[in-house]
Amino acid sequence: MTSRPNGEPLVRLSGVNKWFGELHVLQDIDLEIDRGEVVVVIGPSGSGKSTLCRAINRLEPIDKGQITIDGALLPEEGKELARLRADVGMVFQSFNLFAHKTVLENVVLGPVKVRKKSKAEAESRARELLERVGVASQADKYPAQLSGGQQQRVAIARALAMEPKVMLFDEPTSALDPEMINEVLDVMVGLAKDGMTMVVVTHEMGFARRAANRVVFMDGGRVVETADPETFFTRPESDRAKDFLSKILTH
Amino acid sequence: MSPVFDNIDLFVDGFLTSLEIILYALAGSVPLGVLIAACRVSPIPPLRAFGTFWVTTFRNTPLTVVLFFCAFGLPELGINRSFFFFGVLGLVLYTSAFVCEAVRSGINSVPAGQAEAARSLGLNFTQGLRFVVIPQALRTVVPPLGSVLIAMMKNSAVAGAFGVGGDLWSTGQRLTSALGYATFPIFVGGVAVGYLIITLTAGALLQVLERKVAIAR
Repeated sequence: MTSRPNGEPLVRLSGVNKWFGELHVLQDIDLEIDRGEVVVVIGPSGSGKSTLCRAINRLEPIDKGQITIDGALLPEEGKELARLRADVGMVFQSFNLFAHKTVLENVVLGPVKVRKKSKAEAESRARELLERVGVASQADKYPAQLSGGQQQRVAIARALAMEPKVMLFDEPTSALDPEMINEVLDVMVGLAKDGMTMVVVTHEMGFARRAANRVVFMDGGRVVETADPETFFTRPESDRAKDFLSKILTH
Repeated sequence: MSPVFDNIDLFVDGFLTSLEIILYALAGSVPLGVLIAACRVSPIPPLRAFGTFWVTTFRNTPLTVVLFFCAFGLPELGINRSFFFFGVLGLVLYTSAFVCEAVRSGINSVPAGQAEAARSLGLNFTQGLRFVVIPQALRTVVPPLGSVLIAMMKNSAVAGAFGVGGDLWSTGQRLTSALGYATFPIFVGGVAVGYLIITLTAGALLQVLERKVAIAR
Protein backbone atom coordinates (compact mmCIF):
# COMPACT_ATOMS: atom_id res chain seq x y z
CA MET A 1 0.00 0.00 0.00
CA THR A 2 1.25 3.45 -0.78
CA SER A 3 1.38 6.11 1.87
CA ARG A 4 2.43 9.65 2.75
CA PRO A 5 2.98 9.65 6.51
CA ASN A 6 4.19 13.25 6.64
CA GLY A 7 2.21 14.53 3.68
CA GLU A 8 5.38 14.44 1.57
CA PRO A 9 5.97 11.95 -1.24
CA LEU A 10 9.12 9.84 -0.96
CA VAL A 11 10.43 11.13 -4.27
CA ARG A 12 9.38 14.44 -5.77
CA LEU A 13 10.56 15.86 -9.05
CA SER A 14 9.40 19.38 -9.81
CA GLY A 15 10.13 21.32 -12.95
CA VAL A 16 13.07 19.09 -13.83
CA ASN A 17 14.92 19.99 -17.02
CA LYS A 18 18.06 18.60 -18.54
CA TRP A 19 19.93 19.20 -21.76
CA PHE A 20 22.56 17.08 -23.47
CA GLY A 21 24.09 19.88 -25.51
CA GLU A 22 21.26 21.00 -27.82
CA LEU A 23 19.08 18.02 -26.95
CA HIS A 24 16.41 18.79 -24.36
CA VAL A 25 16.21 15.31 -22.79
CA LEU A 26 14.04 16.14 -19.78
CA GLN A 27 11.40 18.82 -20.19
CA ASP A 28 9.53 20.21 -17.18
CA ILE A 29 9.12 16.87 -15.45
CA ASP A 30 6.82 16.85 -12.41
CA LEU A 31 6.46 13.51 -10.73
CA GLU A 32 5.68 12.37 -7.20
CA ILE A 33 6.24 8.87 -5.90
CA ASP A 34 4.74 7.74 -2.61
CA ARG A 35 6.16 5.26 -0.15
CA GLY A 36 5.47 1.72 -1.26
CA GLU A 37 4.46 2.81 -4.73
CA VAL A 38 5.70 1.00 -7.82
CA VAL A 39 5.99 3.30 -10.82
CA VAL A 40 6.80 1.88 -14.22
CA VAL A 41 8.27 4.31 -16.74
CA ILE A 42 7.85 3.32 -20.36
CA GLY A 43 8.40 5.03 -23.66
CA PRO A 44 10.28 4.76 -26.93
CA SER A 45 14.06 4.83 -26.88
CA GLY A 46 15.40 8.35 -26.59
CA SER A 47 12.31 9.45 -24.68
CA GLY A 48 14.39 10.35 -21.62
CA LYS A 49 13.14 7.55 -19.36
CA SER A 50 16.60 6.25 -18.43
CA THR A 51 17.88 9.78 -17.87
CA LEU A 52 14.91 10.41 -15.59
CA CYS A 53 15.71 7.29 -13.59
CA ARG A 54 19.42 8.19 -13.32
CA ALA A 55 18.60 11.76 -12.33
CA ILE A 56 16.87 10.53 -9.16
CA ASN A 57 20.21 9.55 -7.59
CA ARG A 58 22.10 12.20 -9.52
CA LEU A 59 24.08 9.89 -11.74
CA GLU A 60 22.84 12.48 -14.23
CA PRO A 61 22.92 16.01 -12.83
CA ILE A 62 19.93 18.10 -13.84
CA ASP A 63 20.13 21.63 -15.20
CA LYS A 64 16.91 23.08 -13.76
CA GLY A 65 14.25 22.12 -11.25
CA GLN A 66 14.32 20.23 -7.98
CA ILE A 67 14.44 16.63 -6.83
CA THR A 68 13.74 15.75 -3.22
CA ILE A 69 13.99 12.38 -1.55
CA ASP A 70 12.17 11.91 1.72
CA GLY A 71 11.77 15.67 1.88
CA ALA A 72 15.49 16.37 1.48
CA LEU A 73 16.77 18.23 -1.56
CA LEU A 74 19.22 16.18 -3.62
CA PRO A 75 22.68 17.52 -2.71
CA GLU A 76 25.04 18.60 -5.48
CA GLU A 77 28.24 16.71 -4.66
CA GLY A 78 30.36 15.34 -1.87
CA LYS A 79 29.50 13.56 1.37
CA GLU A 80 25.84 14.58 1.48
CA LEU A 81 25.24 13.16 -1.97
CA ALA A 82 27.02 9.91 -1.10
CA ARG A 83 24.82 9.58 2.00
CA LEU A 84 21.69 10.10 -0.04
CA ARG A 85 22.75 7.63 -2.69
CA ALA A 86 23.21 5.00 0.00
CA ASP A 87 19.45 5.25 0.58
CA VAL A 88 18.60 4.89 -3.11
CA GLY A 89 19.19 1.45 -4.60
CA MET A 90 20.09 1.28 -8.27
CA VAL A 91 19.93 -1.66 -10.65
CA PHE A 92 21.50 -1.18 -14.07
CA GLN A 93 20.76 -2.65 -17.48
CA SER A 94 24.32 -4.03 -17.67
CA PHE A 95 24.34 -5.29 -14.03
CA ASN A 96 27.66 -3.55 -13.24
CA LEU A 97 28.70 -6.10 -10.65
CA PHE A 98 32.26 -5.47 -9.45
CA ALA A 99 34.23 -7.79 -11.72
CA HIS A 100 37.14 -8.35 -9.31
CA LYS A 101 34.97 -9.31 -6.35
CA THR A 102 33.01 -12.47 -5.62
CA VAL A 103 29.23 -12.38 -5.46
CA LEU A 104 29.33 -12.25 -1.65
CA GLU A 105 31.98 -9.48 -1.66
CA ASN A 106 29.84 -7.50 -4.09
CA VAL A 107 26.93 -7.55 -1.66
CA VAL A 108 29.06 -6.91 1.43
CA LEU A 109 31.07 -3.92 0.13
CA GLY A 110 28.43 -1.21 0.62
CA PRO A 111 27.24 -2.25 4.09
CA VAL A 112 30.84 -2.54 5.36
CA LYS A 113 32.35 0.58 3.78
CA VAL A 114 29.34 2.89 3.82
CA ARG A 115 27.09 1.65 6.62
CA LYS A 116 30.12 0.62 8.73
CA LYS A 117 28.63 -2.73 9.60
CA SER A 118 30.90 -5.49 10.86
CA LYS A 119 32.03 -7.95 8.23
CA ALA A 120 30.34 -10.88 9.96
CA GLU A 121 27.03 -9.06 10.24
CA ALA A 122 27.19 -7.88 6.63
CA GLU A 123 28.03 -11.35 5.38
CA SER A 124 25.20 -13.06 7.18
CA ARG A 125 22.76 -10.44 5.90
CA ALA A 126 24.25 -10.80 2.39
CA ARG A 127 23.69 -14.56 2.46
CA GLU A 128 20.06 -14.02 3.47
CA LEU A 129 19.58 -11.65 0.56
CA LEU A 130 21.30 -13.98 -1.91
CA GLU A 131 18.98 -16.73 -0.66
CA ARG A 132 16.01 -14.45 -1.20
CA VAL A 133 16.96 -13.78 -4.83
CA GLY A 134 17.81 -17.43 -5.35
CA VAL A 135 21.58 -17.31 -5.93
CA ALA A 136 22.89 -18.34 -2.51
CA SER A 137 24.81 -21.25 -4.00
CA GLN A 138 26.83 -18.85 -6.19
CA ALA A 139 28.14 -16.73 -3.31
CA ASP A 140 31.81 -17.52 -3.83
CA LYS A 141 31.86 -17.24 -7.62
CA TYR A 142 32.94 -14.24 -9.67
CA PRO A 143 30.33 -12.32 -11.69
CA ALA A 144 31.76 -13.53 -15.02
CA GLN A 145 30.98 -17.12 -13.98
CA LEU A 146 27.25 -16.37 -13.62
CA SER A 147 24.47 -16.11 -16.21
CA GLY A 148 23.02 -12.68 -16.91
CA GLY A 149 19.88 -13.46 -14.94
CA GLN A 150 21.92 -14.56 -11.94
CA GLN A 151 24.11 -11.47 -12.18
CA GLN A 152 21.10 -9.19 -12.23
CA ARG A 153 19.64 -10.94 -9.17
CA VAL A 154 22.96 -10.44 -7.38
CA ALA A 155 22.82 -6.77 -8.37
CA ILE A 156 19.37 -6.55 -6.79
CA ALA A 157 20.68 -8.20 -3.60
CA ARG A 158 23.63 -5.77 -3.60
CA ALA A 159 21.24 -2.82 -3.75
CA LEU A 160 18.93 -4.31 -1.09
CA ALA A 161 21.85 -4.81 1.30
CA MET A 162 21.95 -1.04 1.78
CA GLU A 163 18.34 -1.13 3.01
CA PRO A 164 17.32 1.57 0.54
CA LYS A 165 14.21 3.69 0.84
CA VAL A 166 13.60 3.43 -2.88
CA MET A 167 14.92 1.22 -5.65
CA LEU A 168 15.59 2.43 -9.18
CA PHE A 169 15.65 -0.10 -12.01
CA ASP A 170 17.08 1.12 -15.30
CA GLU A 171 15.91 -1.40 -17.92
CA PRO A 172 16.86 -4.34 -15.69
CA THR A 173 15.92 -7.03 -18.18
CA SER A 174 16.91 -5.44 -21.49
CA ALA A 175 20.32 -7.12 -21.61
CA LEU A 176 19.00 -10.58 -20.72
CA ASP A 177 18.28 -13.64 -22.81
CA PRO A 178 14.50 -14.22 -22.99
CA GLU A 179 14.52 -17.26 -20.72
CA MET A 180 16.24 -15.31 -17.95
CA ILE A 181 13.89 -12.36 -17.92
CA ASN A 182 11.27 -13.99 -15.73
CA GLU A 183 13.64 -15.03 -12.95
CA VAL A 184 14.57 -11.35 -12.55
CA LEU A 185 11.00 -10.09 -12.89
CA ASP A 186 9.81 -12.60 -10.27
CA VAL A 187 12.29 -11.17 -7.78
CA MET A 188 11.09 -7.66 -8.61
CA VAL A 189 7.43 -8.63 -8.22
CA GLY A 190 8.32 -10.12 -4.84
CA LEU A 191 9.94 -6.86 -3.81
CA ALA A 192 6.92 -4.87 -4.94
CA LYS A 193 4.63 -7.14 -2.91
CA ASP A 194 6.82 -6.58 0.16
CA GLY A 195 6.14 -2.88 -0.12
CA MET A 196 9.39 -1.60 -1.64
CA THR A 197 9.10 1.76 -3.35
CA MET A 198 10.24 1.23 -6.92
CA VAL A 199 10.84 3.20 -10.08
CA VAL A 200 11.19 0.79 -12.96
CA VAL A 201 12.18 1.73 -16.49
CA THR A 202 11.16 -1.27 -18.55
CA HIS A 203 9.47 -2.54 -21.67
CA GLU A 204 8.03 -5.50 -19.78
CA MET A 205 4.29 -4.88 -19.96
CA GLY A 206 3.61 -8.06 -18.01
CA PHE A 207 5.57 -6.71 -15.07
CA ALA A 208 3.76 -3.39 -15.28
CA ARG A 209 0.41 -5.18 -15.17
CA ARG A 210 1.39 -7.49 -12.32
CA ALA A 211 3.19 -5.09 -10.03
CA ALA A 212 2.83 -1.43 -10.95
CA ASN A 213 0.55 1.06 -9.22
CA ARG A 214 1.13 3.56 -11.95
CA VAL A 215 2.50 3.72 -15.47
CA VAL A 216 4.29 6.86 -16.62
CA PHE A 217 4.54 7.16 -20.38
CA MET A 218 7.33 9.38 -21.68
CA ASP A 219 8.09 10.66 -25.12
CA GLY A 220 10.47 13.35 -26.36
CA GLY A 221 11.64 14.20 -22.85
CA ARG A 222 8.15 14.80 -21.49
CA VAL A 223 5.72 12.84 -19.36
CA VAL A 224 2.90 12.39 -21.85
CA GLU A 225 0.53 10.30 -19.80
CA THR A 226 0.20 8.85 -16.31
CA ALA A 227 -2.37 6.19 -15.47
CA ASP A 228 -2.91 2.94 -13.60
CA PRO A 229 -1.64 -0.01 -15.69
CA GLU A 230 -5.02 -1.40 -16.65
CA THR A 231 -6.29 1.94 -17.90
CA PHE A 232 -3.05 2.70 -19.67
CA PHE A 233 -2.83 -0.57 -21.56
CA THR A 234 -6.53 -0.84 -22.47
CA ARG A 235 -7.57 2.81 -22.89
CA PRO A 236 -4.53 5.02 -23.38
CA GLU A 237 -5.50 8.68 -23.76
CA SER A 238 -2.79 10.18 -25.91
CA ASP A 239 -2.29 9.36 -29.56
CA ARG A 240 1.42 8.94 -28.94
CA ALA A 241 0.78 6.25 -26.31
CA LYS A 242 -1.74 4.51 -28.57
CA ASP A 243 0.78 4.48 -31.37
CA PHE A 244 3.55 3.19 -29.08
CA LEU A 245 1.38 0.43 -27.63
CA SER A 246 0.15 -0.66 -31.05
CA LYS A 247 3.78 -1.15 -32.06
CA ILE A 248 4.89 -3.16 -29.08
CA LEU A 249 1.78 -5.19 -28.31
CA THR A 250 1.10 -6.65 -31.74
CA HIS A 251 4.03 -9.07 -31.54
CA MET B 1 86.73 -10.30 -17.90
CA SER B 2 89.42 -9.99 -15.26
CA PRO B 3 89.03 -6.18 -14.95
CA VAL B 4 85.56 -6.91 -13.64
CA PHE B 5 86.54 -9.71 -11.27
CA ASP B 6 89.56 -7.75 -10.03
CA ASN B 7 87.16 -5.04 -8.92
CA ILE B 8 84.24 -7.22 -7.96
CA ASP B 9 83.93 -5.57 -4.53
CA LEU B 10 83.46 -2.18 -6.17
CA PHE B 11 80.88 -3.61 -8.53
CA VAL B 12 78.95 -5.24 -5.69
CA ASP B 13 78.95 -1.94 -3.80
CA GLY B 14 77.87 -0.11 -6.94
CA PHE B 15 75.13 -2.65 -7.55
CA LEU B 16 73.81 -2.27 -4.01
CA THR B 17 73.88 1.53 -4.19
CA SER B 18 71.99 1.47 -7.50
CA LEU B 19 69.50 -0.94 -5.98
CA GLU B 20 69.07 1.37 -3.02
CA ILE B 21 68.40 4.40 -5.26
CA ILE B 22 65.93 2.33 -7.25
CA LEU B 23 64.04 1.00 -4.24
CA TYR B 24 63.67 4.48 -2.72
CA ALA B 25 62.57 5.88 -6.08
CA LEU B 26 60.08 3.04 -6.46
CA ALA B 27 58.66 3.61 -2.97
CA GLY B 28 58.31 7.32 -3.74
CA SER B 29 57.21 7.46 -7.37
CA VAL B 30 54.50 4.78 -7.37
CA PRO B 31 52.36 6.12 -4.50
CA LEU B 32 52.96 9.70 -5.69
CA GLY B 33 52.01 8.78 -9.26
CA VAL B 34 48.81 7.06 -8.07
CA LEU B 35 47.94 10.13 -6.01
CA ILE B 36 48.50 12.46 -8.97
CA ALA B 37 46.40 10.12 -11.15
CA ALA B 38 43.60 10.32 -8.56
CA CYS B 39 43.85 14.11 -8.79
CA ARG B 40 43.64 14.00 -12.57
CA VAL B 41 40.39 11.99 -12.58
CA SER B 42 38.92 13.77 -9.54
CA PRO B 43 35.56 15.56 -9.79
CA ILE B 44 37.17 18.61 -8.11
CA PRO B 45 38.50 21.03 -10.78
CA PRO B 46 41.43 22.51 -8.75
CA LEU B 47 42.75 18.98 -8.08
CA ARG B 48 42.47 18.12 -11.76
CA ALA B 49 44.34 21.32 -12.66
CA PHE B 50 47.06 20.48 -10.15
CA GLY B 51 47.44 16.95 -11.57
CA THR B 52 47.66 18.25 -15.11
CA PHE B 53 50.20 20.88 -14.07
CA TRP B 54 52.34 18.25 -12.35
CA VAL B 55 52.36 15.89 -15.30
CA THR B 56 52.97 18.67 -17.80
CA THR B 57 55.91 19.97 -15.79
CA PHE B 58 57.75 16.74 -15.08
CA ARG B 59 56.92 14.82 -18.24
CA ASN B 60 58.14 17.63 -20.46
CA THR B 61 61.35 18.44 -18.61
CA PRO B 62 64.50 16.42 -19.36
CA LEU B 63 65.54 14.23 -16.45
CA THR B 64 68.96 15.89 -16.33
CA VAL B 65 67.29 19.28 -15.86
CA VAL B 66 65.09 17.95 -13.03
CA LEU B 67 68.13 16.37 -11.37
CA PHE B 68 70.23 19.49 -11.88
CA PHE B 69 67.52 21.58 -10.27
CA CYS B 70 67.25 19.18 -7.30
CA ALA B 71 70.99 18.75 -6.75
CA PHE B 72 72.12 22.34 -7.31
CA GLY B 73 68.97 24.48 -7.37
CA LEU B 74 67.35 23.39 -4.11
CA PRO B 75 70.52 24.09 -2.04
CA GLU B 76 70.40 27.65 -3.40
CA LEU B 77 66.87 27.87 -2.00
CA GLY B 78 68.25 26.89 1.37
CA ILE B 79 67.35 23.20 1.24
CA ASN B 80 70.44 21.25 2.19
CA ARG B 81 70.35 17.49 1.96
CA SER B 82 72.70 14.82 0.65
CA PHE B 83 73.24 14.28 -3.07
CA PHE B 84 71.73 10.85 -2.54
CA PHE B 85 68.53 12.48 -1.29
CA PHE B 86 68.41 14.95 -4.19
CA GLY B 87 69.13 12.20 -6.72
CA VAL B 88 66.28 10.08 -5.44
CA LEU B 89 64.00 13.14 -5.22
CA GLY B 90 64.65 14.08 -8.86
CA LEU B 91 64.00 10.54 -9.98
CA VAL B 92 60.76 10.38 -7.95
CA LEU B 93 59.41 13.69 -9.30
CA TYR B 94 60.26 12.81 -12.89
CA THR B 95 58.99 9.22 -12.74
CA SER B 96 55.75 10.12 -10.89
CA ALA B 97 54.47 11.93 -13.99
CA PHE B 98 54.86 8.80 -16.09
CA VAL B 99 53.43 6.53 -13.36
CA CYS B 100 50.43 8.87 -13.18
CA GLU B 101 49.73 8.58 -16.88
CA ALA B 102 50.09 4.78 -16.88
CA VAL B 103 47.70 4.52 -13.92
CA ARG B 104 45.27 6.96 -15.54
CA SER B 105 45.15 4.87 -18.70
CA GLY B 106 44.24 1.90 -16.50
CA ILE B 107 41.54 3.87 -14.70
CA ASN B 108 40.06 4.90 -18.05
CA SER B 109 40.01 1.26 -19.15
CA VAL B 110 37.58 0.29 -16.36
CA PRO B 111 33.99 0.52 -17.66
CA ALA B 112 32.18 3.63 -16.41
CA GLY B 113 29.40 1.42 -15.03
CA GLN B 114 31.74 0.10 -12.34
CA ALA B 115 32.26 3.57 -10.89
CA GLU B 116 28.55 4.34 -11.27
CA ALA B 117 27.66 1.21 -9.33
CA ALA B 118 30.13 2.19 -6.61
CA ARG B 119 28.65 5.69 -6.39
CA SER B 120 25.12 4.29 -6.32
CA LEU B 121 26.01 2.29 -3.21
CA GLY B 122 26.99 5.53 -1.49
CA LEU B 123 30.74 5.09 -1.78
CA ASN B 124 32.47 8.44 -2.10
CA PHE B 125 34.91 9.22 -4.90
CA THR B 126 38.01 8.02 -3.03
CA GLN B 127 36.34 4.81 -1.86
CA GLY B 128 35.11 4.09 -5.37
CA LEU B 129 38.62 4.50 -6.75
CA ARG B 130 40.22 2.50 -3.97
CA PHE B 131 37.85 -0.45 -3.67
CA VAL B 132 36.41 -0.72 -7.17
CA VAL B 133 38.26 1.11 -9.93
CA ILE B 134 41.97 0.87 -9.09
CA PRO B 135 41.98 -2.87 -8.28
CA GLN B 136 40.50 -3.46 -11.75
CA ALA B 137 42.74 -0.87 -13.39
CA LEU B 138 45.81 -2.74 -12.13
CA ARG B 139 45.50 -5.44 -14.73
CA THR B 140 45.83 -3.04 -17.65
CA VAL B 141 48.30 -0.90 -15.78
CA VAL B 142 50.96 -3.53 -15.15
CA PRO B 143 52.53 -3.62 -18.64
CA PRO B 144 52.85 0.16 -19.21
CA LEU B 145 53.74 0.74 -15.56
CA GLY B 146 56.42 -1.94 -15.90
CA SER B 147 57.97 -0.05 -18.80
CA VAL B 148 57.93 3.20 -16.84
CA LEU B 149 59.54 1.57 -13.81
CA ILE B 150 62.22 -0.20 -15.83
CA ALA B 151 63.02 3.13 -17.48
CA MET B 152 63.31 4.60 -13.98
CA MET B 153 65.76 1.84 -12.98
CA LYS B 154 67.98 2.73 -15.91
CA ASN B 155 67.52 6.44 -15.19
CA SER B 156 69.02 5.79 -11.77
CA ALA B 157 72.34 5.88 -13.64
CA VAL B 158 71.66 9.52 -14.53
CA ALA B 159 70.84 10.27 -10.90
CA GLY B 160 74.10 8.55 -9.94
CA ALA B 161 75.97 10.96 -12.19
CA PHE B 162 74.58 13.95 -10.30
CA GLY B 163 76.96 13.75 -7.39
CA VAL B 164 75.38 10.68 -5.79
CA GLY B 165 78.33 8.51 -6.73
CA GLY B 166 79.07 4.96 -5.79
CA ASP B 167 76.31 3.47 -7.96
CA LEU B 168 76.91 1.09 -10.87
CA TRP B 169 77.38 3.77 -13.47
CA SER B 170 79.68 5.89 -11.31
CA THR B 171 81.75 2.82 -10.47
CA GLY B 172 82.29 2.12 -14.17
CA GLN B 173 83.06 5.76 -14.78
CA ARG B 174 85.59 5.82 -11.97
CA LEU B 175 87.33 2.61 -13.07
CA THR B 176 87.70 3.77 -16.66
CA SER B 177 88.54 7.44 -16.28
CA ALA B 178 90.36 7.60 -12.95
CA LEU B 179 91.96 4.18 -12.79
CA GLY B 180 92.57 3.74 -16.53
CA TYR B 181 90.74 0.50 -17.24
CA ALA B 182 89.56 -0.17 -20.79
CA THR B 183 86.00 1.00 -21.33
CA PHE B 184 84.63 -2.05 -23.11
CA PRO B 185 85.06 -4.82 -20.48
CA ILE B 186 84.11 -2.55 -17.59
CA PHE B 187 80.91 -1.16 -19.10
CA VAL B 188 79.77 -4.26 -20.95
CA GLY B 189 80.99 -6.92 -18.55
CA GLY B 190 80.31 -5.09 -15.30
CA VAL B 191 77.99 -2.10 -15.48
CA ALA B 192 75.58 -3.41 -18.12
CA VAL B 193 75.40 -6.83 -16.46
CA GLY B 194 74.62 -5.16 -13.15
CA TYR B 195 71.71 -3.21 -14.65
CA LEU B 196 70.50 -6.29 -16.51
CA ILE B 197 70.34 -8.25 -13.26
CA ILE B 198 68.08 -5.55 -11.85
CA THR B 199 65.87 -4.97 -14.89
CA LEU B 200 65.46 -8.62 -15.88
CA THR B 201 64.48 -9.50 -12.32
CA ALA B 202 62.02 -6.61 -12.33
CA GLY B 203 60.59 -7.83 -15.64
CA ALA B 204 60.10 -11.33 -14.25
CA LEU B 205 58.41 -9.97 -11.10
CA LEU B 206 56.11 -7.84 -13.26
CA GLN B 207 55.04 -10.92 -15.20
CA VAL B 208 54.17 -12.71 -11.99
CA LEU B 209 52.25 -9.63 -10.85
CA GLU B 210 50.40 -9.44 -14.16
CA ARG B 211 49.22 -13.00 -13.79
CA LYS B 212 48.18 -12.40 -10.20
CA VAL B 213 46.00 -9.37 -10.90
CA ALA B 214 44.32 -10.83 -13.98
CA ILE B 215 40.53 -10.62 -13.68
CA ALA B 216 38.04 -12.81 -15.46
CA ARG B 217 35.43 -10.75 -17.30
